[in-house]
Amino acid sequence: MADETVTLTIDGHEIEVEPDIYVLEAAERLGIWIPTLCNYRGLTPFGACRVCTVEVTKGSRVRLVTSCNYPVSDGLVVHTNTERVRTARRILVELLCARHGKVGIIKQLAENVGVTKPRFGEGNEPCILCGLCVRACAEMAKAYAIGFSQRGTEKIVTTPFDEESEVCINCGACAKVCPTGAIYIEGADEIRHDELMLGPNAAISVPTMQAVPNVPALDAEQCLHFRRDGCGICAPNCPADAIDYSMQDEEVEVEAGTVVIATGFQTFDPTIAEQYGYGRFPNVMTSIEFERLSNAAGPTGGKIVMRNGEPPESVAILHCVGSRDEHYHRYCSRVCCMYSLKFAHLVREKLGARVYELYIDMRSFGKGYEEFYDRLLKEGALFIRGKGAEVTDFAILDEEKGKLMVKCEDTLAGVQRRLPVDMVILSVALEARSDARDVERMFNLCASEDGFFLEQHPKLAPVETTSDGVFLAGCCQGPKDIPDTVAQGSAAAAQALSLILRGETTLSGAHAEINEELCSGCRVCNELCPYNAITYDEEKKVSKVNESLCKACGTCVAACPSGAIKGKHFTKEQILAEIEGVLQ
Amino acid sequence: MSRFEPVIVGFLCNWCSYTGADLAGTARRHYVPNLRIIRVMCSGRVEPTFVLKALQDGADGVLVAGCHPGDCHYQEGNYKTMRRMTLLKRMLEQLGIESARVRLEWVSASEANRFVDIVNEMTEQIRALGPLKLGHFEDAEVSAEEAPVPAQQAAAK
Repeated sequence: MADETVTLTIDGHEIEVEPDIYVLEAAERLGIWIPTLCNYRGLTPFGACRVCTVEVTKGSRVRLVTSCNYPVSDGLVVHTNTERVRTARRILVELLCARHGKVGIIKQLAENVGVTKPRFGEGNEPCILCGLCVRACAEMAKAYAIGFSQRGTEKIVTTPFDEESEVCINCGACAKVCPTGAIYIEGADEIRHDELMLGPNAAISVPTMQAVPNVPALDAEQCLHFRRDGCGICAPNCPADAIDYSMQDEEVEVEAGTVVIATGFQTFDPTIAEQYGYGRFPNVMTSIEFERLSNAAGPTGGKIVMRNGEPPESVAILHCVGSRDEHYHRYCSRVCCMYSLKFAHLVREKLGARVYELYIDMRSFGKGYEEFYDRLLKEGALFIRGKGAEVTDFAILDEEKGKLMVKCEDTLAGVQRRLPVDMVILSVALEARSDARDVERMFNLCASEDGFFLEQHPKLAPVETTSDGVFLAGCCQGPKDIPDTVAQGSAAAAQALSLILRGETTLSGAHAEINEELCSGCRVCNELCPYNAITYDEEKKVSKVNESLCKACGTCVAACPSGAIKGKHFTKEQILAEIEGVLQ
Repeated sequence: MSRFEPVIVGFLCNWCSYTGADLAGTARRHYVPNLRIIRVMCSGRVEPTFVLKALQDGADGVLVAGCHPGDCHYQEGNYKTMRRMTLLKRMLEQLGIESARVRLEWVSASEANRFVDIVNEMTEQIRALGPLKLGHFEDAEVSAEEAPVPAQQAAAK
């Protein structure tokens, strides 16, 4: 029962707890330290290491028990630091030392409980047989890939028959929980480019350091709880009790008078541009991956390293991958020149490595941008005017072996160049999102040929769209850098606010009007109106137009069999006169 | 003898086709000067009467252009046009007017090139058909592909 509690006393402090926990957890809540090796919140307690031994008094019986798996009960009196407990712990730790004494965590534990010279010697076996890994594999991963084998002094943790496991899902939970670091996952420290995502590579993580809201999110596709119905370790470990596995995606309907569309962009996928070798050569990466690599909060802590963990000696940055290219996008993505300069600066600053910038034209047009370009020239980055043509691993000379060869035409020198480098960064294009069409349809927008949303007028109405009250901000309208995006966003917000604050909108004079004298009440127009602006007046037997709903498309005007509807500014007389006019 | 220059009246919707034509202009794209444009808010505003009036007053062809299906600024005005134009073309055939003289096209605001291509192509097509002769359709030179059957049928009846 959730509302039932039990009261026990630990070292003289009374505490009221739920009846289904163990003494160790109750002590933790009081802030009383009990040493333990084999306990992990969320996994079934095991009592293997036994160093959490405490003295319990129940009635007249006093005895030593392991606190991690001794359940609490009413009136229980616990002592964690009596002479008897200390002696018992010291012996336990000495016995642990006999096999594992040279392992860091055991050494430290020995110091903590006052064992200076273990009587039974010091061994160097890292596995203390606490069984945490076995429990993690069974309870978290539900993989049951490892277990105990043999008995007595022969006992070890291993896979069945000591063979490579078929059921291991390579989740790494066993290595993660191991208190002594006895389990090592091969390749876990290697940087894998296919996993160099924008966020950290854990199933629960804060997507980026700048995320809004800045809270972690669960990735159901990676999370063991969802994948294998196991784990669930994060929930009991969350002090705020904020983790809820039952949460589902939900559709929220919001009623709004104005909308700012800021759906952004996606980056060009260079795998289709095979000549750059992206996906084939591990050290060819996109700009966004390099951004992640050089980020202090990234997977390498900001260290610029190749896949093998070594720092590169030379780096080539290829501009205009997917931009200014007839095969992909004809437009200039505007931001790549400047971030490529930033990359060159970072490589020069952090590694002092040789950096090549392969550009078509340097477009450093913004405030302070040209000066930055100038600075890079002085910092020793090597600029080659010519688009990178191909990345291969084909070596001609001996010193080119193991390097990536970047081919390009140096149009200033008028020669073909082959550059041996360790790492290639592709400055990929910004392109319209693949789902931009859905947004376009939803809001009745227009898009230009390249897929970016079209503003109402490039000079006079740069944030408005053809739909009233819908505004554009940022890269959904076209590639732009952060200052431009912020400026456009502010403008869009101001436009939206000016509508909201006024509380009313001005209608154009153009709308349909029904001449009641002529209207026969046939109601053909009622069905046609996409805005339901035409209603039928039962009393007068005529149709009526609601002027504030009417958008003046004129569909009803064209359809009215009695000619009773007049489309203001586009009347029949006006258009017929226009026809006569153009045909004179 | 100088080349026959057809006169084409174009009804362009304000949001897609007119903007597309405008873009063709700002992009300095060249196209034949035979099209005379009338702006309407929606292709759905185009009454069949307008097309007939244009043909009656001397146009050799009429172009009606609107947003692509599903893209209408007024949600479904272009669908209404689509139905009306199909019926109108049938009626024109019965009157002995080649259906190719009236054309319904979808041109979006970004499709300046498409707009230019359509205007050029349509002008050539109507140039091939020759001037529209109302009231003398028996004498009109009708090409083998373009609507000879209804014209003959109409004459036979």
